[in-house]
Amino acid sequence: MTDTIAKQLALVIDLNVCVGCHACVTSCKEWNTSGWAGTLPDGNPYDADPTGVFFNRVQTYEAGTFPNTETIHFPKSCLHCEDPPCVPVCPTGASYKRAEDGIVLVDYDKCIGCKYCSWACPYGAREFDEEAGVMKKCTLCVDRIYDMSLEPERRKPACVLACPTGARLFGDVIDPDSDISVAIREEGGYQLMPEWGTKPGNHYLPRRKTRQVIHADELVRADNPLKKEGRLPRADEGAPSLDDVTSW
Amino acid sequence: MRPAFSVIFLTTLIGVGQGLFLALVAGQFYWVIGATKVAEAENFYAFGSLLALVFLAAGLFASFFHLAHPERAWRAASQWRTSWLSREVIALPAVMAIITLYGGLHWLEYRPVLMTFGNMKDLDLTMATGYLGAALVMALFICTGMIYACMKFIQQWASPLTVLNFSLMGSASGFALATAYAGFMESPLIDFFAGGAILLAIAALLGRLTSLWRNKSIKFLSSLQSAVGMHHRNVRQLTRGFTASSFNLKEFFHPGSPTLVPTLTRAYVLLAFVLPLMLMIFGWNQGSMILFSLTFLIQYAGLLIERWVFFAEASHPQNLYYQKVA
Repeated sequence: MTDTIAKQLALVIDLNVCVGCHACVTSCKEWNTSGWAGTLPDGNPYDADPTGVFFNRVQTYEAGTFPNTETIHFPKSCLHCEDPPCVPVCPTGASYKRAEDGIVLVDYDKCIGCKYCSWACPYGAREFDEEAGVMKKCTLCVDRIYDMSLEPERRKPACVLACPTGARLFGDVIDPDSDISVAIREEGGYQLMPEWGTKPGNHYLPRRKTRQVIHADELVRADNPLKKEGRLPRADEGAPSLDDVTSW
Repeated sequence: MRPAFSVIFLTTLIGVGQGLFLALVAGQFYWVIGATKVAEAENFYAFGSLLALVFLAAGLFASFFHLAHPERAWRAASQWRTSWLSREVIALPAVMAIITLYGGLHWLEYRPVLMTFGNMKDLDLTMATGYLGAALVMALFICTGMIYACMKFIQQWASPLTVLNFSLMGSASGFALATAYAGFMESPLIDFFAGGAILLAIAALLGRLTSLWRNKSIKFLSSLQSAVGMHHRNVRQLTRGFTASSFNLKEFFHPGSPTLVPTLTRAYVLLAFVLPLMLMIFGWNQGSMILFSLTFLIQYAGLLIERWVFFAEASHPQNLYYQKVA
């Protein structure tokens, strides 16, 4: 996929805001298991060793050494790479990248279930549906973002709408003025595993610490050179009031 | 990676079939240039081609068990422009077709002379078909090897050694089978095949040891830091986000214990290379049919283990995301 594309829809996930509640995981599963492409099956759901197909997972990492540690909740789904390694390896052409909006999809009627595309994804974004015998993956809710029967503000992926903290943003990463391009540019958005040249569409905003530096002289009132604390004399009734000059 | 038995049998069986056909063509060339004076046994090449076809067909049959939708397998020939898997899907039937032609021409004894060289040696149709078939066999080896070698982030596979070793191991096992077959047919080519089998087994052993050494010293480009984008010296996973099983856990980890891979590595170095070499040399010395057949069987069993380890020792970067339940 070396052709340049006009548009690349993608998600921006703000790790500074994500609280790891898994609402995006459950809403994704709910929407995509009841959609046009059939179920996302769960194997042995009520038995020992259950399994299941998900397009989105929230994982938790920890950085640092106790007590100076930081917890990172990390949602992971298909990154809709601009140069997706999973697409050219597909022997049947079932795996493809849409030229019009950059979404990477699988044609479930062409897939032979050889799983070669999942080997070619360094992120483990694809999950095999044992029941349908085809490879499945995040569609960026392609069946709802273009649904004209929804109000315009609801035409977003299910995970984005479900996020209670607004950690998930959705838009076009190629348009420099889109909300997500501005967020990537101004808040240090980055891509996962840049070493493989896949150019993921999805970006992550890093954890940010807000620190305030207070210098010693800021702890002392600069307008009190005699260091004499106490109420200042009351100004005349008619005098203009001035901050730091009167106590009244 | 999880070793899939369908792919283990596919790659080893077609390797034997391809190697056997290369041996037949090389043997015919050896006879044509006059290196051996004794005439070939009747239908030696026709039956040999049939034997190669049996192995290739068995491999093709095994490959269907890898597909969840084998009825759509014909679609897999469509993306030859970009996919090595698609190229293999085209090359394998092409190889089988040309081997059928080669064997058929020998069976019908249809050998029109295509050209005569200055030294009065002839190029007949069977030899020409053999050359074309050998070229296709090499192309199939490249396709099969490149399926794995083109996965640049599975760094144990992403090496020209992968293609080289698939070719050498397939050829070595094919020559070993050719030796046993030549013994069975009482062919004068038996010494030629035995010598070839020994040289190829040594080359394959060296190639595989080189890749083992390379895999031991690989510097992995991906890390948990690059996977998550948290550039802290000390990052660890607290939970992968679910307690149940998933495709990511089944497909990209091998089911054995951590000590199984080194144990099986020693086993296949012994079974696929060292023992067959000793048996082949001993069998050559004794002229023993039983030893030649045993050599092939032991080497094939060793190659099955080798292929299991080839998958199991490959580490996929997605595993960085699936380290801990909770």
